[in-house]
Amino acid sequence: MSSPSFPMGPITGLHGRAVVVAGDDIDTDRIIPARFLKCVTFDGLGEQVFADDRVELAAAPTGPHPFDRSEVQGASLLVVNRNFGCGSSREHAPQALMRWGIRAVVGESFAEIFYGNCLALGIPCFTAAHDVVLSLQAALAAVPDQELRLSLDPPALEAPDGRLWELELQAGPRQMLLTGQWDATSQLLAHGAHLERTAAALPYLNGF
Amino acid sequence: MSAGTLYDKVWDLHQVAELPGGSTQLFIGLHLIHEVTSPQAFAALKDLGLGVRHPERTVATVDHIVPTTSQARPFADPLAEEMLGTLEANCAEHGITLHGLGSGRQGIVHVIAPELGLTQPGMTVACGDSHTSTHGAFGAIAFGIGTSQVRDVLASQSLSMGKLKVRRIWVDGQLQPGVYAKDLVLHVIRTLGVKGGVGYAYEFAGPAIDALSMEERMTLCNMAIEGGARCGYVNPDAVTFAYLQGRPYAPSGEAWERAMAWWSSLASGPEAVFDDEVRFDAASIAPTVTWGITPGQGIGVDEAVPTLEHIAPDERPLAEEAYRYMDLQPGAPIAGTPVDVCFIGSCTNGRLSDLQAAAAVAKGRHVAPGIKAFVVPGSEQVAAAAEAEGLDQVFIAAGFEWREPGCSMCLAMNPDRLEGRQISASSSNRNFKGRQGSATGRTLLMSPAMVAAAAIAGQVRDVRELLPA
Ligand code: SF4
Repeated sequence: MSSPSFPMGPITGLHGRAVVVAGDDIDTDRIIPARFLKCVTFDGLGEQVFADDRVELAAAPTGPHPFDRSEVQGASLLVVNRNFGCGSSREHAPQALMRWGIRAVVGESFAEIFYGNCLALGIPCFTAAHDVVLSLQAALAAVPDQELRLSLDPPALEAPDGRLWELELQAGPRQMLLTGQWDATSQLLAHGAHLERTAAALPYLNGF
Repeated sequence: MSAGTLYDKVWDLHQVAELPGGSTQLFIGLHLIHEVTSPQAFAALKDLGLGVRHPERTVATVDHIVPTTSQARPFADPLAEEMLGTLEANCAEHGITLHGLGSGRQGIVHVIAPELGLTQPGMTVACGDSHTSTHGAFGAIAFGIGTSQVRDVLASQSLSMGKLKVRRIWVDGQLQPGVYAKDLVLHVIRTLGVKGGVGYAYEFAGPAIDALSMEERMTLCNMAIEGGARCGYVNPDAVTFAYLQGRPYAPSGEAWERAMAWWSSLASGPEAVFDDEVRFDAASIAPTVTWGITPGQGIGVDEAVPTLEHIAPDERPLAEEAYRYMDLQPGAPIAGTPVDVCFIGSCTNGRLSDLQAAAAVAKGRHVAPGIKAFVVPGSEQVAAAAEAEGLDQVFIAAGFEWREPGCSMCLAMNPDRLEGRQISASSSNRNFKGRQGSATGRTLLMSPAMVAAAAIAGQVRDVRELLPA
């Protein structure tokens, strides 16, 4: 799987095709089944994304799994429905999506841990109302290989024919992505003195 | 906005700074790690040239990949061996305590931290595992995190977090015989939905909660995450203190008295304000079983698999998917559903009282022909305590296998797994498609006593019929 380089620096938007994985409550066990967690690096996870669902649908009358459809190979945007990424906190799920090539997700809602894990990788999770997501999915069903333009400020998705879907992106994460400060580690390391003050005031760290 | 709740108090005490994106830097009092979600975090630390800031605040064990038949090293599975070897090397390099196999303290991370007294009221607890919510049973604020956040905690002993809302789940009355904390939490999730708790911390309170043992409270908080809540907790009380007293990492001597006073001060007081409240009546809850592919698709054991008309319109597509996957007939009673495999264990229900409840059902009976039934204690301490009581012998005499501690078939990263379309009665916490090791395997979640009843009957059975009147 040759994915472009992983997210770095300020993230303002992207330009690319979208893959639609419809359905509510798609959990991280489905995004990356547990047996693929047996690894000490995340390399190689891109090929395992949705492994079991893809096998299940390979010969189905409805056609292959969205991630196996030829017209969306190389897509960078994932479109989902409600409560995407629920279940296990495994970061292997966003890692697998990222390594497949996904750089942003649009859906009705996301499980919180998944949302945070994505943000920590520089992958924005946009939300939109039910109708908006359905209209987007319908447009993509009609023309699956269209090149979309996604922006963070204002959060919106634009089709080549000019159609526009307004999205939402929480103010905090949006700011972090736009300024390239979505990698929390350096921020957390900046307040060492405050941190030790907090620790010094905690009874359980100081003999009560 | 909530105010004066335990959540608010603990949050305030652990705030380090406001971060640019508007989130809060929160100090983490206890960080638990295991072999699955830590190796990449340690590797990232190395790439960034960073060390572990407070190695004494991180504690490790090994649970997800360990085999439960023989735990002799090296493991038969070279990948599992590599994962354990990596954890051992990382802990040695950074001076982190590892409660490894054969130490007498190894076990599922959410079982060992409480039993060692590591988890205490008023702490912030983080672990790269979603069921970290378990530790909320002690009045800690505990949440599961991803691997990038494991890296952050190792590097900075803190996390970037947004504050949650607080919903009080008030439970009146008393659980009936044969009905356990597992049934209560499956009932709550069934009622509020698997997304109902998104954005919330759940405070469990009320007479029925006060009456729960610590192990039952852990079962309850363990599954708060399955209801969408990032964490769940119970206010610390005399039950909490009695459990903690004398445990290896619990305070002792004069510090014990001061600790109890501080812990008591953290509980949500009568003036506490909640963002939301939902009430339940414990007495009306039946043993609960899931029929579908999310923990929210549950019913009383005396009910039928709901037909489409009885399901909210927006839940119907998922219900239809569940009908197809589970191959259960809408409208048919769940009792009587044949099972193939019966699994007692996991961080939800792998503690001593769980094994006692299951053994009480198994005693003097025998597993039905053709059923594979096995018991996996949650930790080495649980195993030892159960063996001291002779529970292992009760199970073995009844035709169950008695295994070594670990996560086992909860997520089947070790050799314990479903084959093909097998259907299991499981005391674990997730019935997602493929969760138990077969892409087409099926899971019915229930209490350990109900799993024992299913093993004896070879089918889903109301455990109340097997208990002495
Ligand atoms: S028992 Fe299951 S849920 Fe608990 S920590 Fe292990 S794998 Fe996770």
